[in-house]
Amino acid sequence: MLIFLNHLINGISLGSVYAIIALGYTMVYGIAKMLNFAHGDVIMVGAYICFFAISSFNLPPAVGILLAMLVCTLLGIVIERLAYKPLRQATSLAVLITAIGVSYLLQNGAQLLWTSNIKMFPSFFPGQPVELFGGELKITVASIVTVAVCVVIMLALTWFTGQTKVGKAMRACSEDKGAAQLMGIDVNTTISVTFAIGSALAAVAGVLFCSVYPNLTPTTGSMPGIKAFTAAVFGGIGSIPGALLGGVLLGLIEIFASAYISTQLSNAIVFAVLIIVLLVRPTGLLGKQIREKV
Amino acid sequence: MLKVNDINVYYGAIHAIKGVSFEVNDGEIVTLIGANGAGKSTILNTVCGLLHTRTGSIEFLDKNLASVPAHKVVKLGMAHVPEGRRIFQQMTVEENLEMGAYTQSRASVDPNLERVYEQFPRLKERRKQVAGTLSGGEQQMLAMGRGLMSNPKLLMLDEPSMGLAPILVEQIFDIIRQLHKAGTTILLVEQNARMALSVADRGYVLETGKIVATGTGDELLHDEAVKKAYLGG
Repeated sequence: MLIFLNHLINGISLGSVYAIIALGYTMVYGIAKMLNFAHGDVIMVGAYICFFAISSFNLPPAVGILLAMLVCTLLGIVIERLAYKPLRQATSLAVLITAIGVSYLLQNGAQLLWTSNIKMFPSFFPGQPVELFGGELKITVASIVTVAVCVVIMLALTWFTGQTKVGKAMRACSEDKGAAQLMGIDVNTTISVTFAIGSALAAVAGVLFCSVYPNLTPTTGSMPGIKAFTAAVFGGIGSIPGALLGGVLLGLIEIFASAYISTQLSNAIVFAVLIIVLLVRPTGLLGKQIREKV
Repeated sequence: MLKVNDINVYYGAIHAIKGVSFEVNDGEIVTLIGANGAGKSTILNTVCGLLHTRTGSIEFLDKNLASVPAHKVVKLGMAHVPEGRRIFQQMTVEENLEMGAYTQSRASVDPNLERVYEQFPRLKERRKQVAGTLSGGEQQMLAMGRGLMSNPKLLMLDEPSMGLAPILVEQIFDIIRQLHKAGTTILLVEQNARMALSVADRGYVLETGKIVATGTGDELLHDEAVKKAYLGG
């Protein structure tokens, strides 16, 4: 039972990281109708920035995270402006290929700058886990922080898109860009804001991911990136609560599959579940299926 | 108020609007009528900046709109209620209206909401409802209310009667008359030529991208050629 609980906690914690990354995919998809496959590599850049801030410049972890968020925000805006904005009218296939290109550019750029040697990401969360049931159940501080951060981000985004003027403009753009322009909304700025938010979240996710899996290389971002993309599709791409649900479920499936079935097969099981969900519900678990009256 | 001067609009190689000129004066209702595909909506989309003219000019309140992007036109005092309504289906009625006031100062949103709710009491009843669940007539009211949220000097309505039951069409045209009485200048695009000409001060008849006739609403209603082509004899 305690082992089960332990897996449950690990699953939720890993799932929270996926959820934070999935948010970036889903928000960008919602508004720009494109899959930003470079998103996973922004995670990696964020982790490197934080790594160097802490290890090389001896900055406090909080400053490192903020710095990573700042750099990734700018990176996200620059990527959108240079790579995707010129393709606003292009076919979605052209945009997809460009996104994959940007992904490789970031990975190889990182390799050039920082070499492909593995860097050990510092663990800056206090080492003593919280002990329950007289020490039988140990919950690491990293797990608690990860879940808490995920919940806070979720609440903040729900408030932002539901209550603020910019957030509502984002929803308007994601439904109908032409009509949004007729309202006086600057669609390009709104898309930039979305990329900025998604990339800042990617930086947070990168730091959280690496504090659990500390082997940092230029390809660190690709696997969690693909998994989070899966989570976003799983939950219903374009839906913010869907990203949370998809992320957490994916984390749980992955941890339970590797604990009770097979470690080697855990990824295969994750993707098999995705395929089954999509066969039954092509729009994902919380995908939009609003009835429209004409 | 609005002066459109010899505009030519192309969709790729297709010459959709061929040297069209017209104007809308302060306080008028002007209508563009014509068959499907004559270019009515294209003209409105060009005026509001979603499409661009290759030659000619569009002046609004003595300002040339050539270099003004679509999202800045609203701020100048022009609201466009597009064809097919294009309300934000997944947002609530009130959020849709708030989007209409996107360019307005925070302080003016509430008084504008009051005004629109007074005009369309139905929207007030449904303010928390998701817009996609409204009926067609209510959606048209919402689209018009959303346009009015920016306090426009010129309101452009594109096929407001499209797809509505006759009784709702009457209702929509009553609202257009009320808005006109309250001093809003209106540019109305309609396939329902009879209704449009009966409320309009002046009208232009459009055929395959060209203006072929113009006159007051009454003159066009009684014009033999217009009668034959657009009013069913």
